[in-house]
Amino acid sequence: MIELKDIHKAFNAGRENEFHALKGIDLHLPAQRVTAFRGPSGSGKTTLLSIIGCLSRPTSGRVHLGDRDISGLPERFLTDIRRQSFGFIFQQFNLIRGLSAQENVMLPAYPLGGHWRTLHERAERLLGDLRLSHRRAAAVEHLSGGEQQRVAIARALINDPQIIIADEPTANLDSALALEFMAILERLHGIGKTVILTSHDPLVVDSAIVHQVIDMRDGCIVPPLPGGNG
Amino acid sequence: MNAWIEKQRYLIDFTLSSLARRKAKNLGLLLVYTLIVFLLASVMLFTHALRQAAAQVLAGAPEIVLQRMVAGRHDLIPPGYLERIGRIRGVQQKEGRLWGYYYDPVVKANYTFMVPNHQDIAAGTLFVGAGMARARGLAIGNLISFRSYSGQLFSFTIAGILPSDSELVSADLVLLSEADFRAFFAIAAGHFTDIALSVANPLEVRNIASKLAQQFPDARPILRAEILRTYESVFNWREGIVLALASLAILAFAILAWEKASGLSADEKREIGILKAIGWETGDVLKMKFWEGALISQAAFLIGYLTAYLHVFRFSSSLFAPVLKGWAVLYPRFELSPVIDGFQVATLFFFTVFPYAAATLVPIWRAAITDPDAVMRG
Repeated sequence: MIELKDIHKAFNAGRENEFHALKGIDLHLPAQRVTAFRGPSGSGKTTLLSIIGCLSRPTSGRVHLGDRDISGLPERFLTDIRRQSFGFIFQQFNLIRGLSAQENVMLPAYPLGGHWRTLHERAERLLGDLRLSHRRAAAVEHLSGGEQQRVAIARALINDPQIIIADEPTANLDSALALEFMAILERLHGIGKTVILTSHDPLVVDSAIVHQVIDMRDGCIVPPLPGGNG
Repeated sequence: MNAWIEKQRYLIDFTLSSLARRKAKNLGLLLVYTLIVFLLASVMLFTHALRQAAAQVLAGAPEIVLQRMVAGRHDLIPPGYLERIGRIRGVQQKEGRLWGYYYDPVVKANYTFMVPNHQDIAAGTLFVGAGMARARGLAIGNLISFRSYSGQLFSFTIAGILPSDSELVSADLVLLSEADFRAFFAIAAGHFTDIALSVANPLEVRNIASKLAQQFPDARPILRAEILRTYESVFNWREGIVLALASLAILAFAILAWEKASGLSADEKREIGILKAIGWETGDVLKMKFWEGALISQAAFLIGYLTAYLHVFRFSSSLFAPVLKGWAVLYPRFELSPVIDGFQVATLFFFTVFPYAAATLVPIWRAAITDPDAVMRG
């Protein structure tokens, strides 16, 4: 479903502090599977995730989404793809303070301009599925960490994307909440979503829900160890 | 089309909630902005209305006034001048006028004594302006005495108070009969203060003025157009003074607006990043922020202009009328007729709304074109 060919990403190109975050990544990510990138800080996981999710472009190399080469598309088209095909769950949740849980959930759908009532109902349903109906009118800064993450998940699902991208989703959660997140992940997989995440939390990468673990170090993919689940 | 309308609705909804989320900051900005517009609009509306009033008053004035000069000072017109003018072609009507100033030590004010040309006033009676009537507490039938410059005391009965709708020009006016005027100021028969000339063809006015200057080398012709221009200059100058003072306030506002604009808070930058990451286009972010700036600046313009209108035309510009009207002991009480000049409104709008919108958009644009992946890195 997602094919990466010889992906390189350099920051501050041509300057003294030029830094190569990704050094020739080749990868195939199948649809309807849960894939985790594992690796230490600075290994290039987040950079790779942002390229897969159309948040940034590679310096060189090709990204295919389905049959389409999306690596050279202008920003407008990338935004469109990002909006339709990807839902994001960020490590810091990245909710907008001052807005209610429901308003935050609806935000990614605003640029599509759908019917308000339909959008409203969809947001309600998602919040209900994630046991947040009673908190829908609360400003997000008044929610607990777990509730905030569930709002972020609902927001990622509002445009019904095929692929969910989660960056270190359990980094700010205790074990109980991390397990709850994994249960949600299982449900997402159950309804046919492709999930791509980064993590170095054993609760995530060692979970049976994760089908494929890809290890990264220094901007490269590390071959799987014999006996590992990757 | 429906999706487009819904999208604009969502953008405006979000803009309003965004404004509400930064209530204190935006209300403060709106207040300062409104104050600036109010100040500028008040000065502009007031001086424009004054200019209009002056033009209306002068519309009935003679095209040319001839004054005799002695040693560079205004002197009386001697007998015979009026008859000589009759021979200049194009002069439709000519009349000698009698008027002068009198200082009243009781109220420390100057009055304008005048003999009306088209109104008979009985000897020993006066018609006085409303301003003077207020200052001296006069009513019809009252007796009033003035000591003339020769030291002789003259007593008059008040026959009438001039209507207050003409107060802008008649506040200090005293109308009396020709005989009383000549006796009071000791001006012999045949002498006049000046001569008023009516000219039928406006294109002829300058020609006639130059003929008068040739024929009466000791006199100066004053054109109505010149008086109008002088009024314009006086009001423009006063407007300029107030605007120069206001420019300090404007500068302070410009700094405030620039700081708000260029110093997007970390919170706002983060918000723009989030919106982009979850699928908003740069254009959507810009539109939303544009609406935010437009709502503030247009609300400020509207409120500021309306309050300025009320201030000038309902409350007689009480805040800075003394500066704009000039000093007087007998302040006329007058209501200016509401006049709005479209060009002036457009100028004010352009110089208050446009720079703000531009100043706020540039840094937002810079924030909005950054790669959304910055959000991933916290």
